Amino acid sequence: MSIEVRDVHKTFGTFAALKGVSLKIQSGELMALLGPSGSGKTTLLRIIAGLETPDDGSGDILFHGENVAALRAAARHVGFVFQHYALFRHMTVFENIAFGLRVRPRRNRPSNDAIRGKVASLLKLVQLENFAGRYPSQLSGGQRQRVALARALAVEPRVLLLDEPFGSLDAKVRKELRAWIRRLHDEIHITSVFVTHDQDEALEVADRVAVMNEGAIEQIGTPEEVYDQPASAFVYQFLGNVNIFEGRIRNGRLRIGCLELPVSSPESADNQPARAYVRPHDIELARIVAGEGVRRGTVQHIHTAGPIVRVGVRTFDGSQTIEVEIAREKHQELDLRVGNVVYYRMRHSQIFVEDYSI
Amino acid sequence: MRFFAPKNNVLPGFRLAMGFTLFYLSLIVLIPVAAIFIKTAAAGWSQFWQTATSPRVVASYRLSFGVSALAALANGVFGLLAAWVLVRYEFIGKRMVDALVDLPFALPTAVAGISLTTVYAETGWIGQWLKPLGVKVAFTPLGVLVALTFIGLPFVVRTVQPVLQDLDREVEDAAASLGANRWQTFYRVIFPALWPAALTGATLAFARAVGEYGSVIFISGNMPMRTEITPLLIVTKLEQYDYAGATAIAVVMLVASFSLLLLINLLQWWSAHRGT
Ligand SMILES: Nc1ncnc2c1ncn2[C@@H]1O[C@H](COP(=O)(O)OP(=O)(O)OP(=O)(O)O)[C@@H](O)[C@H]1O
Ligand SMILES: [Mg+2]
Repeated sequence: MSIEVRDVHKTFGTFAALKGVSLKIQSGELMALLGPSGSGKTTLLRIIAGLETPDDGSGDILFHGENVAALRAAARHVGFVFQHYALFRHMTVFENIAFGLRVRPRRNRPSNDAIRGKVASLLKLVQLENFAGRYPSQLSGGQRQRVALARALAVEPRVLLLDEPFGSLDAKVRKELRAWIRRLHDEIHITSVFVTHDQDEALEVADRVAVMNEGAIEQIGTPEEVYDQPASAFVYQFLGNVNIFEGRIRNGRLRIGCLELPVSSPESADNQPARAYVRPHDIELARIVAGEGVRRGTVQHIHTAGPIVRVGVRTFDGSQTIEVEIAREKHQELDLRVGNVVYYRMRHSQIFVEDYSI
Repeated sequence: MRFFAPKNNVLPGFRLAMGFTLFYLSLIVLIPVAAIFIKTAAAGWSQFWQTATSPRVVASYRLSFGVSALAALANGVFGLLAAWVLVRYEFIGKRMVDALVDLPFALPTAVAGISLTTVYAETGWIGQWLKPLGVKVAFTPLGVLVALTFIGLPFVVRTVQPVLQDLDREVEDAAASLGANRWQTFYRVIFPALWPAALTGATLAFARAVGEYGSVIFISGNMPMRTEITPLLIVTKLEQYDYAGATAIAVVMLVASFSLLLLINLLQWWSAHRGT
């Protein structure tokens, strides 16, 4: 079941939460909606589910090429996992999961035995076999999350929508559930959209990522595409840590102080302000001057905890401190101390003039 | 009731608070109630039994408890509805309506009784329209029902309102996305969350109605065996200096009310502990 969103607008009062969003999700795909808080992710998801309607006369939602704009949520057969679970507090885990089956019209409601069997198999799927009789308040966050997922899956939805499914969990459980959801998706191949504001999560789990900002989609692509070829400064910044160097275009090159970086397209106007974006791991450090484009700085701080070592380097003119990430071995080899003079070189950078990539 | 402080209580002062509560309850409730029992005991069992079971008194129990229960039921249903409208809809004059709900609390009960009687009498604003339909309100048990419903109105509205406000709207969305229609969403998801509060409200309304005096005696007409409420009988006996008779009836009312309240509380406790 493919999903297509065409030019959807949504306004709350005078506030435009979605400003013309278009999105195509292939059948069986796992798509991540990534964006900062308030960027409209939940709103978009709710519109797809039919829990919210787009502004009058704007946009269409198509499931498998068929327009579902007129269908209410109950008729769309969408599984929705809510940001805060929204479990039924007065029902046991079993009854929560069985809910979607019990509310079916009599003629296609499964028998009690069939419901029991179905719920049992779902409990097994989400690894909560022994929790059928508990109430939501007796479960941990991760367990509630899985109940919410099982409840959504019970109705055999055509599409699965997950709103920050790992939002309120600790880092370790998040990682487990992340891998688990990917496996689950590979098993049942249901078209899924999941919302997150955690870039690692999106890049790790999804087939494709849609990056949202202020009610619009900035870029859609595979995790590699959005990470390696960000379409805008926003995407570049949102997908990881970044050092920003401000400069001006001179003769087709970006000049930052006395450093020059090549600009890939030559038609940019002379003397235009521009910024170079460099990831911390795209900066090389050395104790001696070697090669071209090397700048001098002093080590300001070193954080050695974790798999990589983060070094703060103050630029020679003292205008900014850049963050550099190097491997542990490299750090040992360089034997850096705070106050040492180091030479740094940008291995890779991307230049944006007024937010557009050139 | 729990007499031992939880070990890791956030706030200190459990003993002090508990002690004060017990002292306060004794002073305000237990001692006067005990006095009633002692007074009754002094009069002797046979006299007690005779007074408490005389036909006129039994008829008044039936009216007081029966009509109070009906009034509480009516308030349960319409109070729920009113709370729903006040929480879920925006309309002009909403604050006015909200304030109006408390009016039966603020109005002196005698004033309420007199105005209700005026309105529902055969020549009153509403009474004159009901008369051709053959419905008599003032000076009938129906009149008692109207008065008791009136004074009990705020309870259910005020107990349900905050619960409804706190209700997570996403739960309704979840039900809808699982295929539930509106009616199913209401009775499977919303109602189970509301009914304990509604029951509390209806219980309070019932308790208030059983003891109500001022607003009823005007509209009921106070005909023995027909529209005489138990509190009125007590007052009548007191006026005749028949203290033993008055306390005998009071004891029956007390025991009956207390048993009912206890039963409802147990029901609520049971339902609350099912979910935790
Ligand atoms: N019912 C509503 N009424 C008014 N404004 C709303 C409503 N729902 C959302 N908004 C606004 O629309 C914007 C987008 O909200 P949305 O919930 O879609 O954000 P989000 O991307 O899901 O954020 P988060 O990551 O914090 O969940 C926000 O600025 C929010 O304040
Ligand atoms: Mg959200």
